[in-house]
Order: sequence, then structure tokens, then C-alpha cells
Amino acid sequence: MSPATSISEGYSASASPDAPPVLELRGINKSFGPVHVLRDVDLTVRAGEVTALVGDNGAGKSTLVKCIGGIHPADSGSYLFEGQPVKVDSPRAAAELGVEIVYQDLALCDNLDIVQNMFLGRETTKRFVLDEVTMEQLAADTLASLSVRTVTSVRQRVASLSGGQRQTVAIAKAVLWNSKVVVLDEPTAALGVAQTAQVLELVRRLADKGLAVVLISHNMNDVFAVADRIAVLYLGRMTAQVSTSDVTHSQVVELITTGRGAATRREAPDEPNGTAGADGTSEWKNGERP
Amino acid sequence: MSLGETTTDTGPGPGDDAAATTTSTAKSAGEAASSADVKDETVTAPDPRPDLSDTARRLARRLVRTNSAWTFLVLLVLMTAFSIMKPAHFPTTFNLRNVATDAAVLLIIGVGMTYVVITAGIDLSVGSVLVFSGVVAAKTMTGISDVDAGWGPILLGLLAGLAAGAAWGALNGFLVAKAKVPALIVTLGSLGMALGLAQVMTEGQDVRGVPTRLSDTIGNGRVLGVPWLVVIALLVTVLGALALATTRFGRRTYAIGSNAEAARRAGIPVELHLIKVYALCGLLAGLAGILSLARFTTTTIGGHTNDSLGAIAAVVLGGTSLFGGVGTIVGTLIGVFIPAILQNGFIILGVQPYWQSVAVGGVLIAAVYADQLRRRATQRA
Repeated sequence: MSPATSISEGYSASASPDAPPVLELRGINKSFGPVHVLRDVDLTVRAGEVTALVGDNGAGKSTLVKCIGGIHPADSGSYLFEGQPVKVDSPRAAAELGVEIVYQDLALCDNLDIVQNMFLGRETTKRFVLDEVTMEQLAADTLASLSVRTVTSVRQRVASLSGGQRQTVAIAKAVLWNSKVVVLDEPTAALGVAQTAQVLELVRRLADKGLAVVLISHNMNDVFAVADRIAVLYLGRMTAQVSTSDVTHSQVVELITTGRGAATRREAPDEPNGTAGADGTSEWKNGERP
Repeated sequence: MSLGETTTDTGPGPGDDAAATTTSTAKSAGEAASSADVKDETVTAPDPRPDLSDTARRLARRLVRTNSAWTFLVLLVLMTAFSIMKPAHFPTTFNLRNVATDAAVLLIIGVGMTYVVITAGIDLSVGSVLVFSGVVAAKTMTGISDVDAGWGPILLGLLAGLAAGAAWGALNGFLVAKAKVPALIVTLGSLGMALGLAQVMTEGQDVRGVPTRLSDTIGNGRVLGVPWLVVIALLVTVLGALALATTRFGRRTYAIGSNAEAARRAGIPVELHLIKVYALCGLLAGLAGILSLARFTTTTIGGHTNDSLGAIAAVVLGGTSLFGGVGTIVGTLIGVFIPAILQNGFIILGVQPYWQSVAVGGVLIAAVYADQLRRRATQRA
């Protein structure tokens, strides 16, 4: 796979609401030994949209991400990429399709500079010698195409960067390779207010460029700020995938904490939020162990 | 290089900010900052074509930025001091040639050790592997021929020695990377095993009767006045430095030492790479064993117990961090010569040469302390 010279080419800048899905998961199941982590999970990710993946701790978000990224291939279910069924059983396979994951702990090498990190494992060489000039140019172009101005030099060591700048580098690294789907695992978890805003702006820009973005977040403000759709995982099941404009803040919180809410069950609008423990029977109705 | 201390131009200084705002792209800002002396031209007319002078400048800047710049200063001060104190004895061709010849074997081991230490590993076994390889080479040569052996048997012996070294290295690497035994323990084990096996093979007696063709040429011969040992050591150093700084292999060595998990996620075959790095270190120890054999015309089984520690000391003196991810071969070159020059200088000055061990020990601790300070400063920033 050759690096992108310009990631903006070949994508429509605006996606219609009915854009065909880039990535579609159907009936994904995943168990680790006796623990059934994902149960018949469906997920649709469209180009030009930010799909937020939310859910409480242990809901299966990270496992789903690892299925998408090929680290833990699903036990059953289908993985459709641009409408075609594909087999993603390694990080390489995912990368070759154009699916890149930005992990929570970033996985950058502190002692290497930005260019070296962006090309890590996929270094460009010319007659056995690293082609630093080309790599530097491509890295700078990618950052420029994302309108990144917070990084002054692409030859800065990553150790000297702030948390937001590191996140920017990790995202740019994912974008560098002509990727079509970028999955961001809690990109703002460790950031301050200003840096969070910068990263969210960058996330929005990725989608506006026509990439399909999956954003995993615990922060409802972040989700509502940038997401077009919200997919809610509850105890390994996808309980809802809704448009951000169709739901309110508290409805999403209710979906996360109880697995149901006004968006899917409008007959119970006055159910108080976050009372899963008090209303144990509703969980059993969903076919889950508490 | 960029792995060294960040100099002023890499920091977010006011000059870089100005460049960024005037051009409004990270691209030209990056170019401008990456090369301070051409900043103004780059902003107005960026040249996307790589040219030779640009590459040369890049290389020069890397050298300047290395941690070893200060160590080099120490070396220069030492040499100047000894030259002033004993102008008739220290700065002579004869003396410096001797110092270089003595340092050649340690330098070759140091090059391999630099790679290992950059991966955040360590190899205590090189001294023993050196002896083992020398014994294998000598046994091969004396077994199939005698003192008057031609180049055929000599070459066979050399290959056997190199193979023995590489095999020990690969075994170390396999145990470190696949079996996940700490490198310190693995190589402590092979330190004993390699030396023990060498003694078993020879029944503790040094092998004599090494072909004179070998000792007369590689061992004690010269090209253009430079001993072969020095020529070979410098060749290894240059190749090692180039491979580390400019190839994919070198870059991945740094990446693994810096963050092995990140390297793994980036698709780098970390375990295989570690095996290759330890095998390289073993191979170079094998080469050092052959050079030692050629020089002394015997296997010197008991003479290399301190070589591993000497090589590690040289690597660390040269600015390579024991925590991995940072280091240069040029630094190791300097690190090898500081103890060598000290010892030589003390002998010439009539100081007890044992003071050299004391002095080098002090400098070593100071070097690691400086590394710690640097790391702390980086973490604060």
C-alpha cells in the first residue's frame, strides 16, 4: 500500500444521509472462553460521518474495536467492507482495507520524531536507505491537509509534544495511508479543555473530508459536539443506532445505563435515568445477565 | 540526530511560529524548522526535490545533535592535555597507532553492543563469545592444516568463527525475544556457557599454531601505514553507523527500544528483529575473536573477562541510553577511546595505569547521571 499523496482526493466532501455504508458489521459474536462479550452486534459506518460508539465500561466497545481492527477476529457474523464480505484476521488485513485504529494509549515512540512515528513499520526506502525527504514531505502534507497548525516542526520528537499534539500525530498517522475508516478509541480522555476542542475539530474535519470515523467516547458533550450518529452498546448488545439529532443527552445516557430508553421505548418516558440496579427485571427482559 | 538532545530549532520557538503563520501550512513550517539555515528560502520557495547537499547537511546536523557531543569534548580535552604534558611521547604516530590497535577489538564489540542497548537490551556474553569464536576458528585452522596453512583453511576457520559468534547471538536473541527471559540473565548464562565450552574444547590450554599468514597480514600487517585491525574496525564502525542511521533495520531498532508495543502494533516483527540484533552482536563478537586470534596468534582464553563490561561502558559513555531508543555508533567510537586514551596517557605520564579504571568508573557514572537528568528534563517538557 502506498501512502496517500493527497487524502482529500477521491472523497466527496459532503455525504448524503443515505451514503452507502463503508463498513458494515452484521451479527458479530465474540466470546473469550465462557464470557460472551459481543452478542449479534450490528454496526453501520458511513463515509463522511462521525459514528459515536458509546457504552458503559465492559459493554464491549474495546472488543468491538479490536474486531474491526483485526486484533481479535469475530467468532461469527459478517464483516462487509464497501459492500463486499471480507475477512479481517490481523491488523495488517485491516490496514490493507484502509481501516486504521488510533488506540487509547496512542502507541507512539517517544524517542522518535513525528515523521518517524507516522511511518513506523511502513518506512519508505530508496535503494535500502530510508527516504527521509519523501517521508518528511508526505508527513507535512498530511498534517497540512488536516489543517494542523499546532505542530511547528515535523522533526520534533514526540516526547516533546503535548497530549493534544500527540493525539494529532496519532490521527495523522492513521490518515496518512489512504485510509477510509478511522476508529478513534477515547481520543480526548486525557486532554484538557482546549486540547479536547482541537482534537474534536480534527475529528470533524476527517469526516468532512469523506472518511468514515468511529469515535469511542465516554463524554456525552464530545459525542453531541461531533457525532452524526450514535451507536449504543449495552452488555454486549447493540441497543440502538440513532441519529444524533433524534435523541437528547439524557436519552443516550439512559440507553447506556439501562440498555433501553425513550428513543427505542417511548412508552416509558418517565423512567428515571441510571436506575438499572433498582429495576433488575428490565435487564432480564433483554436476555442478559445482570 | 533527532534522537539526541533537541536543539533550539526543534523547539516551538518564536521564529518557528512566525514561519508557521506566514505560510499557514505545517509543511513549510516543518521544512523551515528542520533546517534553520535555509529557513527563509524554504518559506518562499520550497524545493521538493531531494538533493545531495541537503542529505549531507541533514547528516551533519544529526551528528551535532547527538548526546555524544559532550563526550567528544571530554576526549578532545584529554588528548590535548596529554599532548601538552608529553609532546614528545603522546601525540606520535607510533603511540596513537598503538592506542588504535588496542581499541580495535573493543570497538567492534561496541558496535554490536550499541544495537543491543538501543533495543533496551544488554549482552554480557560478548567477551566469552569472542573467546569461543576464536577457539572455534583456531581449532578449524589447526585441525585441517598447520602453521603454514594457505588462505583456504584460514578462510574456512574465519567463517567457522563468525558462524559460532552469530549462533551464540541468535541463541541469546531467541531466548530474550521468544522465551521472554530477561536479557541480563540470558546473557549472563551464555557468558558462562560460551567460556566454559571454549575451555572444554581446549581443555583450558590456549590453542597455538595459528597460521602465520593470518597473523602477518590481518594480525600485525598494515595498509598505507594503518594496521589492518584498525582498518577493519573502522570499516565495521562506518557500516554499523550507516545501517543504524539510514536503514529500515536501524530505524526499527530505535522503535523497538523506544516502545516495543507501538512497534508491534505498527506491524514490525519485533521478536524476529530482536533475534537479528542479538545475532549481529554475536557475529561482531565472532569477528573480534578472529582479530584477537590474528593479533596474538593464540586464543587468549583468559584475557577477555572484562571485554563485555568494557563494551557496555563504552556504549553508555557514548550517550546510548540503557533505557533504549537513544544512541549512536559515533558515540560508541568516542566511548571506546576515552578509556583507551586515559590508560595510555597515564602510562606515559608515569601514573599507575590502574588509575584508569578508577577514572573511567567515575566518568561512566557521571555519563549515566547526565542521561537521567536528560530523561527527567524531557518528561517535564
